[in-house]
Amino acid sequence: MSVSRISALGAIALSGALALSACASENTSTTTPAGNGTSAGATGSANCFSGDLKAEGSSAQKNAIDEAISVFQNACTDANIDYQPTGSGAGIKQFIAKQVDFAGSDSALKTVEKDGAIESEDAAKSCGSPAWNLPMVTGPIAIAYNVAGVDKLVLNADVAAKIFDGKITVWNDPAIAALNKGVTLPATPIKVFFRSDESGTTENFTKYLKAAAPEAWTYETGKKWTGKGEGKEKSAGVATATKGQDGGITYVELSYAQQNSLKMAQIDTGSGPVELTAESAGKTIATAEQTGTGNDLALKIDYATKEPGAYPIVLVTYEIVCSKYADAETGKKVKAFLQTFSSDEVQSKLGEQGYAPLPAEVATKVKTAVDAIS
Amino acid sequence: MSSVTGVSATDELPGPDGRPPLSADAASTGRVGDRIFGGAATLSGVVVIVLVSLIAVFLIVQAIPALADNSANFFTSREWAPGGEEPRFGILEFLWTTVTASTLAMLISVPVGVGVALFITQYAPAWMRRPAAALVDLLAAVPSIVYGLWGLITFSPFFKPVQGFMEDRLGWFPLFSPTGISGGTIFFIGIVLAIMVLPIVTALSREVFDQTPLAHKEGALALGATKWEMIRTAVLPFGRPGVISASMLALGRALGETIAVTFLVSALADGSPWTWSLFNGGETFASKIANNAAEFSNPSKTGAYIAAGLVLFVLTFIVNSIARVVIERRKAFTE
Amino acid sequence: MSAITDERRPDDPSVPDDASTPPGGRPGRDALRQMGSPHRARNVKDVIARVVMWFCFFLAMVPLVWILWTVISKGAHLLGSMQWWTGNQRNINSDDAGGGARHAIEGTLQMVGMTALIAVPIGIFTAVYLVEYGRGRLAKAISFTVDILSGVPSIVAALFIYAVWVTTFGLSRSGFAAALALVLLMIPVVVRSTEEMLKLVPNELREAAYALGVPKWVTVVKVVLRTAFSGIITGVLLGIARVMGETAPLLILAPYTKNFQRDLFNGNFPTLPMMINQDRGDFALATAAERMWAAALTLIILVLLLNIIGRVIAYFGSVKK
Repeated sequence: MSVSRISALGAIALSGALALSACASENTSTTTPAGNGTSAGATGSANCFSGDLKAEGSSAQKNAIDEAISVFQNACTDANIDYQPTGSGAGIKQFIAKQVDFAGSDSALKTVEKDGAIESEDAAKSCGSPAWNLPMVTGPIAIAYNVAGVDKLVLNADVAAKIFDGKITVWNDPAIAALNKGVTLPATPIKVFFRSDESGTTENFTKYLKAAAPEAWTYETGKKWTGKGEGKEKSAGVATATKGQDGGITYVELSYAQQNSLKMAQIDTGSGPVELTAESAGKTIATAEQTGTGNDLALKIDYATKEPGAYPIVLVTYEIVCSKYADAETGKKVKAFLQTFSSDEVQSKLGEQGYAPLPAEVATKVKTAVDAIS
Repeated sequence: MSSVTGVSATDELPGPDGRPPLSADAASTGRVGDRIFGGAATLSGVVVIVLVSLIAVFLIVQAIPALADNSANFFTSREWAPGGEEPRFGILEFLWTTVTASTLAMLISVPVGVGVALFITQYAPAWMRRPAAALVDLLAAVPSIVYGLWGLITFSPFFKPVQGFMEDRLGWFPLFSPTGISGGTIFFIGIVLAIMVLPIVTALSREVFDQTPLAHKEGALALGATKWEMIRTAVLPFGRPGVISASMLALGRALGETIAVTFLVSALADGSPWTWSLFNGGETFASKIANNAAEFSNPSKTGAYIAAGLVLFVLTFIVNSIARVVIERRKAFTE
Repeated sequence: MSAITDERRPDDPSVPDDASTPPGGRPGRDALRQMGSPHRARNVKDVIARVVMWFCFFLAMVPLVWILWTVISKGAHLLGSMQWWTGNQRNINSDDAGGGARHAIEGTLQMVGMTALIAVPIGIFTAVYLVEYGRGRLAKAISFTVDILSGVPSIVAALFIYAVWVTTFGLSRSGFAAALALVLLMIPVVVRSTEEMLKLVPNELREAAYALGVPKWVTVVKVVLRTAFSGIITGVLLGIARVMGETAPLLILAPYTKNFQRDLFNGNFPTLPMMINQDRGDFALATAAERMWAAALTLIILVLLLNIIGRVIAYFGSVKK
């Protein structure tokens, strides 16, 4: 078994299709050999299973995974896949507690000790094999605002950090005005809204502030908000509050900003203001480097990127899986679903939902890794 | 069982014959059937004791290590940074918000609830009494998650200008000074909680007022009292202990309310300055725990939240006990 | 629930509405006309009190009407479709309209059914012990712990069950685990309501049974419980209605599924509160908002139906005195 798996791994690296036939032959008779992976339009012939698959975690990827689940379930009517968008930390916790089959997290499993535990080790112990971080969805985080009469707003990391730290308190502050020549800014007080629950969005946003404006943002980065403002529960909470408050500003996933028709600030990274689009966010992801080894694809995002046209505030949602499931059936289910999720067909649809595409190189690696799950 | 609120008023009323139930111990015959049945009854009671003991043990066992590691004062600190190398957490903020919002809820719901109960029992035309009572009970049939949604989506935008107005006009008064919190203030939470507990207050008070002896009322009227004077001299004194215990039970419900408050509340950022203002934000015990329960990742962090839960547990218990004592005293008084 | 109370104590002195009102006249106005100035203040007060009471009632009606109007106006039309009552939410994403709620309705009923199955016997037997058997320290201790239990906030009950069920025994979260948390919330309601009902059973009935040589347990089952039957049923149904809308324990113990799921013990479990919670995150989308309000309305209707059933049983099932 393990020998054939290793051989399969080698084959996958060369050709997705070849690897899949190897997998299929190993998977006995229940699965239909499918041309997932690199070939397009493969989801129609997904490796169907019957029964339940449970996942939990990041709410940032909710719409993306809902889409993937719909595609998979449409092809496989006996499969039930549930995703609980309760939060990254919750996903990892329930994954380690063996309550779910895989987790979605806005940050890779931590390999250093935090609060007396090392996430990656705990996950590996729970799996009985190393756990992998597979980047699947990348979501831009918008700095969404609601200021009457201001339709276009440019911020940079330094000013954003000062706003979210309560150092800049009115919209017509000279620092903001300097970035927005020709825009009439009102004297409205700034109302910052933050996530009162612990959140991967908060973690990624503060990582950005820390990386791009280390002098203005002196706090630790983390899931718990350390800046100023008024806390609201979950993305929906901060988006609603901002929508209902003149002078409001918050950080929230792109899809929530769009749903609530909030205006989004452009970010000036030093090479001119960049609007938030799937492409501009994708440029930042493209500069990310891989920190994991082998099929563990943890990425390190360069939040301080100065690349022209790159929108720097992004988060990557990882699917956290066991490399080898103790229950082979579960492994097959996870693999089958993630093959669909990582397929070009599903990934190309995610742009419509406000997600940025994975860079081609990363996408290929993800497919390879998914195929190696057992 | 007196109402959809699950709260009973009969507790405080003597049996119809005015006597305590008879002890039937002497009647037991010690037959097998009796032993089995009595055993099952005893067992159930013991199960309840065991369950409650387990909950208490669970809370204490989880809370103690976290409390031992805590480098801030648990009762007087407003910081909340559990977990980590040097956990620092205190409950002062939650205690203040929880108690203030609940007290405010009581200040609104008790007078209104008693007024509604008096209306139903004394003032409403006969045809209106049942429907009116049923309507108020309907408020109790609305699940708390729906109160949360309504508060968040419908009521909150409506309330914002009211708050703005009060801040403008009454801002000089410390309790109403502006704090920059836009919605989900203690004041707002208090109002929503007041609506949620109103049916509890009303249902119980209504039953007690209904029990006012006819002789008291007629006596008052015969002496030339107006209806209001009759109520003040006969109905209210008779019903006072019942109203107090109703309020306590409602207060208990308000203190522990979880999901609606979680939706509505505005959390404060770390290091927010202390203020007495009711227009400040701040989480309650229950909302803080519920909002973060998904992320309880390690024992020391969990322990801190459990410790906060323990305080809420004790707080609710004290309130319930007071209600109990009032009821008992009332019983002793009427018997 | 005045219906029950009224029915339970038919001999209660209930004051006629116009006890203080001379026929054909309102006391306030008449009195005002008849009496001199020292009395005027009293009568003004009387009128003010009357106005205040009416005002209180209408004040209480404001949120009720407002909430019901919100829920009905925003959610009612989904309830008119057949699909709502027969379908589930499979493959319905937040930006898709409609879908069904049957999975969640069934799930909610099944979960509270299981809760009742456990909580009701424990609750009733405990009440029987307290009223018919219990004396001394054990009874005091039980009564005391029931009080404590009624003070346990739902979130704490859920964390406790999570610690036992998942952390200690390593079992999966499931509908059953959530039902266990609901049991903790329901037991005190059942105990207290049953206790009150049993206390209302006249002692003459017990004495008569004992005099005939009927064993105590038969007396309790056939006389005491029988007499209090309708009241107990009502209490149980109201207790169910109380736990039906609970959300916090479900968040922690019963992950939601959009599919039909009838197995309480394995897998995720659909319930109405969780369905509301699922769409709450996207309520800025009209499709999700509509579904959220419709699910809220469905939940209110279920709770109301149970209350009505409770009243009907209380009405017809009561032993006439």
